[in-house]
Formats: sequence, C-alpha cells, structure tokens
Amino acid sequence: MSDPTEPMKRTPLYDAHVARGARMVPFAGYEMPVQYAGENGGVLNEHRWTREHAGLFDVSHMGQATITGAAAVSQFERFCCGDYQGLKEGKQRYSLFLNDEGGILDDLMAAKPSGQDGLFVVVNAACKDDDFGRLQAGLRGDATLTRLEDRALIAIQGPEAAEVMARHNPELADMGFMDSRKLRLFGVDAYVSRSGYTGEDGYEISVPAADAERIWNTILEDDKVRPIGLGARDSLRLEAGLPLYGHDADETTSPVEADLAFALNKRRREAGDYPGASRIQAEQAGALKRVRVGLKVTGAPAREGAEIADAGGVVIGKVTSGGPSPSLGSNIAMGYVPPSHSVLGTALKVIVRGRPQDAEVVAMPFVPKRFYRKPEQPAA
Amino acid sequence: MHYTKDHEWVRVEGDVATVGITQYAADQLGDVVFVETPEAGKAVTKGDGFAVVESVKAASDVYAPVSGEVVEGNGALADQPAIVNEDPTGNGWFAKIRVSDRSQLDGLMDQAAYDAYLASL
Repeated sequence: MSDPTEPMKRTPLYDAHVARGARMVPFAGYEMPVQYAGENGGVLNEHRWTREHAGLFDVSHMGQATITGAAAVSQFERFCCGDYQGLKEGKQRYSLFLNDEGGILDDLMAAKPSGQDGLFVVVNAACKDDDFGRLQAGLRGDATLTRLEDRALIAIQGPEAAEVMARHNPELADMGFMDSRKLRLFGVDAYVSRSGYTGEDGYEISVPAADAERIWNTILEDDKVRPIGLGARDSLRLEAGLPLYGHDADETTSPVEADLAFALNKRRREAGDYPGASRIQAEQAGALKRVRVGLKVTGAPAREGAEIADAGGVVIGKVTSGGPSPSLGSNIAMGYVPPSHSVLGTALKVIVRGRPQDAEVVAMPFVPKRFYRKPEQPAA
Repeated sequence: MHYTKDHEWVRVEGDVATVGITQYAADQLGDVVFVETPEAGKAVTKGDGFAVVESVKAASDVYAPVSGEVVEGNGALADQPAIVNEDPTGNGWFAKIRVSDRSQLDGLMDQAAYDAYLASL
C-alpha cells in the first residue's frame, strides 16, 4: 500500500483533469479526478453518460509492465492461477496473483498482444510496487520484467466507444472482447485491448506519457465522449458485479470465496500447480466458509463495513462495497456470507447505523454486461 | 441565518430553528441520493448527528447546531433527495427544532463570519 508520508503522485493527465475542473482526490498515492465540473459533471451524470454513450477514464495510476524472454510465460504462471501457455497470441486474460495460502494478492490483466513478444501486464495501482517487486525477485531464467512507467493508460467505455475509436483506427473495430494488439494509434505505438472495468464495451489504451494529454484531448473532441472520474468508475464496476481489490477481495480471501474461481483455468486446476492449491482444492470440494454475493438492499445504502445478518438477526458477514445503483435506481452491495446463505433469493438483513434493513441475495452482474463478441466466422 | 463550521445553516423564527446544510456542503457532497431526517418528537443534542445525507460515494452525518426537540423532519427529501442540491437553503431544509437553550445560537457564525470561514478553507 502507499505510504501516506510520501508526496502525492500525478499521472501524465493531471493538467488535463484540472483544466476540465475535476475535483482531485487522493487515491492509491495519486491525485486522481473523482468527478468533473459543470452541468455534465458529477457522479450520476458521468455514470449515466458512460452507460449511454462513451466515457473516458484516466487509469494511468495502474501498473503496466512487460515480461519478456523465452521463459516469460511459464515463469509468470508460477505467481498466478491463469493458463497463459494456453492463451492465444492477440488475446488477454484476467487472473489473480495468489500467496501460498491461496489468498488473493491482486487481480490483473495479462495479454499476449499481437505484434509483440511476451506478456503485457496491468495491475492495480495500490499493489503495483508489491506485485512487480515480487515478480522481479522471483522470475527465473531469462524471464525479464520491465515496468512501463513512462506510459499512460486511458480507458474508453460505453456503447459508443467502438464507433468513436474506429474513426481513429479502423483496425480497432475488428477486435473482439479481450483481444489485445500492439498497433499504431494517434501516431504512437499503443497497446490496445478490448476490455475494461465498467461492464460496457470499450478499450484500454496504453500510450507514451508524453503523448497522453494530446491523445486524451483528441478523443474528447468527439461529442459522444466525456471524461469520467473515479466516483462513477466505482459505481459502474459495482453495477457490473466486478470486485474492487482491497475491498471485495484481499490477501485473506481465496478465488473461490471471492467468486472468482473462473480465473482458475482448467489446465492449472487439473495440474494443481498454482499457489495455495491445497486450500483452494479443499474449498472447491465443499470446505468453504464464506462466499462473495450480490445484495439488493431496501432503505438506506449499505456501505463497506456494514454487517450482514440472517433473517433472525444473527450477524453472518459484512458488506465489502455498496451504494446506490444509478442505472437501477435501487441500492446494491457486495459482501461475504456463509454458503448456506448465498442462494439467490435468500432474505437477509444489512445493519445500517444500528438498524436492520431488508436485503436479498441477487445475481451479479446487477446490470447486464455488454461486451462485444465478434460474430463467428462462417466455416470456409 | 447562522452557520456552523460543519456547514449547517440555522434560521430561527420564534423558538423554532429550521436547519439544513449550506450550498458549500451540498456542492462538496455532489449528487445527493439519500437523506434520512428525524421524526417529530425526537430530542436532539447540539453537536450530535441528527440526520444523514448520502452521495453516491459516501454517507455523512448532519450535526445538530442547537439542542431541542424536533418539531418536523422534511419528509419530502426521502423521495426527492436531489432537492438538497437544487435548493439547500430553501426547500432542502432537514428539520425544524424547538430550541431548548437560545444561548446556543450565540456561538454560531453570522453570514459575514461564515463567508470569511469559507474563504479560509
């Protein structure tokens, strides 16, 4: 985690945010825009704009690195539960770094971008020094980690994102969900993946820091695009049922508990060759004490830390994130409960300011995901 | 109108104080999505939280600028919390409180003092 005594860092887009009247707040050691000014700004406006049009996000605080060398992929796999040997070139995959007890150290995206050897990795801002330090110290053979600290990361998300970006490079329209390419965009070498963390279609675009402000402002010239702060980023990912590391998952929670077992890929699961396999195998065999669920909450929003009780009032777990859902107009939350209380439709209570309120276990995502899947090519 | 350092405002008519949050507080919160106001009859103590206002991001207490008994809570805010952003010092009031000790009003800021306080932030 970041040291509070260190001065706040700024992304290459700091000046661009201030110029647009952003309210800057500390986040993971960076001064980041939480929301923008003006009649189009504010968390609710920015949230809705992203769901209906296209939102532009500065995620340059996140950690970017490449891992190269003949041993890059096999060495990288030792730290996570993903099958990257089986990942096709040009594809990206979500995974989890695990400790030896099967706890989640971070969640991440790693890709084999077409046009580039090795892996391109993006990790959470608050964890990047720990993640990259662990990799640097532990990668063996010729596997080499290179931090890309001179690159910015920009996400464009929303139903109009693809149309907007196709004007800048038509090749982007040809990418499917979780495709990853290194290509020329805005006159620079960019790593582009068709992914994001809002539940919408869109792209994450890594560009040189020196070009970031020009590219940011160029994308914003399109009326379909508005800048979106961390406030709406959080409410968007909550609606999409996506966990926020450090809140909805941490080093004590396993992938099974966090309902992220899909990230434990088949080859790794069958081989049992990932960190913490004994705990995770036991949990998958039934020895599971708690699991992350979605909750629909009646009454006041239930925030992180609120207790979850069973229908009889016995405390059985805690909310890990929660708040209003601008898209649904109701309050939603994620939290951990025993598997016995995790079945969809289970009536529970959340304790807000000392008072029990009704809550119900519901499916996640709360709002349907709208990722872009390329149509299947007809057989020749 | 009088003000607290926590950005509540107070307007006194007779022995009843109408209480709300200031424009500055409403702007700082951003979009208000939930408000909880007290029921009539509830005893409130100066400095204690007597209402709750929530933005998308967080819940904040609203502190009682004076002690007394709640005469009326603004129930309209439950259905239309955005009134707090639109008209914080008018229709966005939180509660009317029958003041038990008028001398507590002396410790509050007047408009000039509050303006100077905002300028110092």
